Amino acid sequence: MNAPVYNFAYLDEQTKRMIRRAILKAVAIPGYQVPFASREMPMPYGWGTGGVQVTASILGPDDVLKVIDQGSDDTTNAVSIRNFFIKTAGVRTTTSTGEATVIQTRHRIPEAALGEHQILVFQVPIPEPLRFLEPRETETRRMHALADYGLMHVKLYEDIARHGHIATTYAYPVKVDSRYVMDPSPTPKFDNPKMSNCAALQLFGAGREKRVYAIPPHTGVESLDFEDHPFERYRLDGTCAFCGANDSFLDEVITDDRGGRMFVCSDTDYCETRRSQSGAAETMAEASVPR
Amino acid sequence: MYVAAKGGEKAIENAHRLLAHERRGDPSVPELSLEQIMGQLRLAVDRVMCEGSLYDRELAALAIKQACGDLIEAIFLLRAFRATLLRFGASEPLDTGEMAVRRRISAAFKDLPGGQVLGPTFDYTHRLLDPTLQGAGASEPECAEPIGAMPRVTDILAAEGLIEPSPRTRPDDRVGDLTQDPLNFPADRDLRLQNLARGDEGFLLALGYSTQRGYGRTHPFAGEIRLGEVEVEFVPQELGFSVPLGEITVTECQMINQFRGSATEPPRFTRGYGLAFGHSERKSMAMALVDRALRARELGEEVKAPAQDEEFVLSHADNVQATGFVEHLKLPHHVDFQAELGLLRRLRSEFEQERAGASSLQEAAE
Amino acid sequence: MTDTLQEEPLLIAEGLSKSYGRQLGCRDVSFELYEGEVMAVVGESGSGKTTLLNLLSTQIAPTAGRVLYRMRDGVTRDLAALGEAERRLLARTDWGFVHQDPAMGLRMGVSAGANVGERLMAVGWRHYGRIRGSATNWLHRVEIDPARIDDMPVTYSGGMRQRLQVARNLVTQPRLILMDEPTGGLDVSVQARLLDLLRGLTADLKLSVVLVTHDLAVARLLSHRITVMRQGEVIEAGLTDRVLDDPQEPYTQLLVASILPP
Repeated sequence: MNAPVYNFAYLDEQTKRMIRRAILKAVAIPGYQVPFASREMPMPYGWGTGGVQVTASILGPDDVLKVIDQGSDDTTNAVSIRNFFIKTAGVRTTTSTGEATVIQTRHRIPEAALGEHQILVFQVPIPEPLRFLEPRETETRRMHALADYGLMHVKLYEDIARHGHIATTYAYPVKVDSRYVMDPSPTPKFDNPKMSNCAALQLFGAGREKRVYAIPPHTGVESLDFEDHPFERYRLDGTCAFCGANDSFLDEVITDDRGGRMFVCSDTDYCETRRSQSGAAETMAEASVPR
Repeated sequence: MYVAAKGGEKAIENAHRLLAHERRGDPSVPELSLEQIMGQLRLAVDRVMCEGSLYDRELAALAIKQACGDLIEAIFLLRAFRATLLRFGASEPLDTGEMAVRRRISAAFKDLPGGQVLGPTFDYTHRLLDPTLQGAGASEPECAEPIGAMPRVTDILAAEGLIEPSPRTRPDDRVGDLTQDPLNFPADRDLRLQNLARGDEGFLLALGYSTQRGYGRTHPFAGEIRLGEVEVEFVPQELGFSVPLGEITVTECQMINQFRGSATEPPRFTRGYGLAFGHSERKSMAMALVDRALRARELGEEVKAPAQDEEFVLSHADNVQATGFVEHLKLPHHVDFQAELGLLRRLRSEFEQERAGASSLQEAAE
Repeated sequence: MTDTLQEEPLLIAEGLSKSYGRQLGCRDVSFELYEGEVMAVVGESGSGKTTLLNLLSTQIAPTAGRVLYRMRDGVTRDLAALGEAERRLLARTDWGFVHQDPAMGLRMGVSAGANVGERLMAVGWRHYGRIRGSATNWLHRVEIDPARIDDMPVTYSGGMRQRLQVARNLVTQPRLILMDEPTGGLDVSVQARLLDLLRGLTADLKLSVVLVTHDLAVARLLSHRITVMRQGEVIEAGLTDRVLDDPQEPYTQLLVASILPP
């Protein structure tokens, strides 16, 4: 029987080259979805294969890797992906945002500002922001080519007409470098402003849909809105029960079956850093309840 | 008191150990061997090879054992392995005309050169559960001699010009490769057939069925279904001539469909084609039905039915992709859910406020 | 005819022909359409009138012949030579297409306001209040109660849907409208109301219209000129009143004789 021998970070060099070429093209055309021949990976499609392929293509032996899911290093899928890279690349891993050179993330952007030496890799399920308005790929490709984004605004108009607000709370569409409309992946809209003029390179990988796209460092990113209904950066009103932060995105944790709940930072590294800085590991702040 | 949970790592480890335990089952029962799976569950092995897109009976059997019989999980294992293999080129096209035929039937003709050879088929069995299979020691297997080459029905029709020629390929044209290039629409027939060949049997079966029930009717006749062994040949660059690599078993289905003519061409029957690894009749027949339906565009037919919708069919045929995405819903989504909860709560409070405002206005008016 | 007749025609068909294999769609159709003119193309089913409309709107390509259009900058261009981006922009701003079945020309799943506002958003309007204001205005003009701006077209009657389709097309003030049996499938009284509305709007806005219909009464009410087609060929063409009151060709005479006197 053929016993497999794996290359550094699993992918063979040919594949890495192909993906890097796609990445370079993506960086050259900010926000544009570059098709690439996604490989079958040892984890299922929809579970981060795009992000994993991007990370595997850019990882070098001296890199320090952080993997988060829902903002935390310890959620099951983040653990699984981190172990995958430990097994196939042997790179150093960390939970510290500041220490990492490559951060692979699902559904959150870290609270701490990123630097020029860092790359943020997003896992993307559906790369096409127009997909749910127009299911045909042939049509959406044309819309992007012709910058024909009226339909996107129709959706926002409908939301306001129906709910009084734009009803998109995550995967909120953005315009990159004043040209391409892009789906930032299912990050909460709270994270949208972080993408604009970010010092780090942001790469987006969609394995099942076979697309990669990018926001080069220091690129303008605007969330779509109307002049009289500007983009709102929604955040649940409250402070973290562990570290007292009032500026981070909070997770709601159900503590009992009588409606008891508390709120904690979604970004676990941010939270732990704050706690160790203030030495407040033992004290529990009274969690404020949202109005 | 709630403490930030750690231990995702340990949880995964334990889950894997439990899985291995359940895979083995009762230790007093003999463990399944790969030979048993290859020999006595051969049709499962065939399906896994076909949709896993890799011809290797032993590996497919291993995948089935590792997946505890979940065939789509096994297909996934095989595909993931395939992705690590080095490719050194493409074979010559298989010559199914030279197949060592073990089974060959045609619904289009009562009899034909080579005859109707039933071979090992479930077709005319009565579907009654057979209790004699409960124990070991069933009947002595009979050895079926392969019949040898026999002419293709479609070639017989083509000789009279009654069926469209198999679409001409320019020999220098590169055949598209789904695993190397991303799928773009509109897709040519080579990529469509590749997509269908590795597509989910259930999905294609349903689509093929739908065409028979009127959703994109193509008036199919089973021109020929043949099962047997064919040689795989390869031309190494260094040699410049073809060398045989070995034999594989394939099932081929040629459907004869609704005739078509044009201003310059007399009417002819049209084709639908299906090919699968191993003994996979259902798959090859369904594939042929869907292949023909997808040719609607190039044959100038109105595209109305799901089976004719290229983007719909080709985007959803791959069960590895499908199961990945469907099952990914099990992953944590609480951040996005939190965002939705926030909006919902806000909308509800606005609703209450409006209602309170409206009723207080009403009170004021009274 | 309007007083503000431009010298150059707005739309020119030159020897337009379309065949599908051995089947003829239409053959050798030529005409010139000026600003503010309404031209009816009449014929029974199979006459080729719908094929002609699809050729004019560039939905299909001709087997022979050309369609020329005078752009807003005054230059007359062959539509086949336009890039796709240009053609799409024209379709969204300068042209309108009113389908027989309003569901084909509307987004049934979004509100009336969004339907009317879409073209504005497509050309860059970004102020919700102003978009909504313009949509309200147009609903009013097509005699739809503006209070229904947030309702979906599925809740509208057939006549209302058709009027909504008209509003959706007119919001960017196009110069050319193509209409395919706009009154088809509507009750007689509803038809009359729609025809009245169309007559008023085309005159007020100085629209050029190519109107395909099998109904001579509609042609008489709305059009200045009429082209009669049969089995893909143009049988007779001229001023509407002249053709309908004094038809020259036997087929035209047959058609005219078969309509009930008003």
